[in-house]
Amino acid sequence: MTLVAQLITSFIASTGFGVMFNAPKPSLLKGGFVGMTGWVIYYLMEQSGIDAVIATVTASFFIAVISQIFAKVYRTPVIIFSVAGIIPLVPGGLAYDAMRNFVQNDYNTAINLAAKAFMISGSIAVGLVFSEVINQIIRNATMIRQEKQ
Amino acid sequence: MEKQLTHTYEVIQVCLLAGKVMLQNGGETYRVEDTMRRIAEAFGAANSDSYVTPTGIFFTVEGPEPSKTQLIRILERTTDLHKVAKVNSISRRISGGKLSIQEAYSELEKLDKQSERYTFRAQLIAAAIASGCFLIMFQGSWDDFFPAVLAGGGGFFSVTWFNRLVPIKFFSEFLASFVIGLMAVFFVYTGLGTELDKIIIGSVMPLVPGLLITNAVRDLMAGHLISGLSKGAEAFLTAFAIGAGIAVVVSFL
Repeated sequence: MTLVAQLITSFIASTGFGVMFNAPKPSLLKGGFVGMTGWVIYYLMEQSGIDAVIATVTASFFIAVISQIFAKVYRTPVIIFSVAGIIPLVPGGLAYDAMRNFVQNDYNTAINLAAKAFMISGSIAVGLVFSEVINQIIRNATMIRQEKQ
Repeated sequence: MEKQLTHTYEVIQVCLLAGKVMLQNGGETYRVEDTMRRIAEAFGAANSDSYVTPTGIFFTVEGPEPSKTQLIRILERTTDLHKVAKVNSISRRISGGKLSIQEAYSELEKLDKQSERYTFRAQLIAAAIASGCFLIMFQGSWDDFFPAVLAGGGGFFSVTWFNRLVPIKFFSEFLASFVIGLMAVFFVYTGLGTELDKIIIGSVMPLVPGLLITNAVRDLMAGHLISGLSKGAEAFLTAFAIGAGIAVVVSFL
């Protein structure tokens, strides 16, 4: 039941972000689907006790892969699909907690939380870059093979 | 020779306009550089070089005649994926040889001026509902769904409204998150909401610079050090503005 609620809310939230970022109408639902998949991967991994950083890397990797496939099929820039998908992974809650602790003069906890938020936003980017690199390797490998023939 | 010169200038202008529209609306740095290079190549300027930062683009075309450089300034940045996609398709058509320089320029200019956005009401509703959904995603209870929807909608409304009054992005973000904080405290105080933290986190999400943060790290890794650092600075300022707005409310509790 909670999983169903997570599926539905993450789909709606990602689609909503598509509207806020003015994504083209035909790609709204696809963006929602990308966001939903990424969030479910993250959610299931985190629920089974895996570290949030690793869960984020995996989720953002899959978000990038699906976005790249969509981008290729529908001939639109990758960013249109990946942006809305990434938003749920952004550590807004952690950043908020960090800020709140800063204000309450609890600097130790605050720095802790801020470092964690930085790690997670870094790992979103790592996941994205990783899938891009693999994509490039595949593309270059096929190009080299074609040149040989 | 004279004709060649004006041709090169026209090519540069088309490239710069395409780059500007893309960068202003949230295109990635490498995509902007790539698009400009492709357009220049399609119009016969094989040797081009660009330097793209979030606040300006330099573009050079080299050829048999002395090389020419122009720059374009970028003052405001928003996220409008529709325009990014449109520039991309225009650049594809140019590469396919389906557009002349004049046609390409007038199409890009039209795209730059028009704003084919979703209506403000649609975006407001999207922001509000997304806030509610984020609350559920962050393990909030369904009792807090409507408070988060209202606070998130209020936050999005005020960031747009304040942005019209004061064109300083960070100030309007600060005020908007202040409004969110006040609304959340009000809901919890009157018993409509239960968890203050969850409501605030959910409704702040539409303001969070998630796209900027990830693009910043990505640019840094791709070697675009200047744009990475400046995007990071922008993201940090936005996050700080949001945090400060909430902090003002929290510290008075």
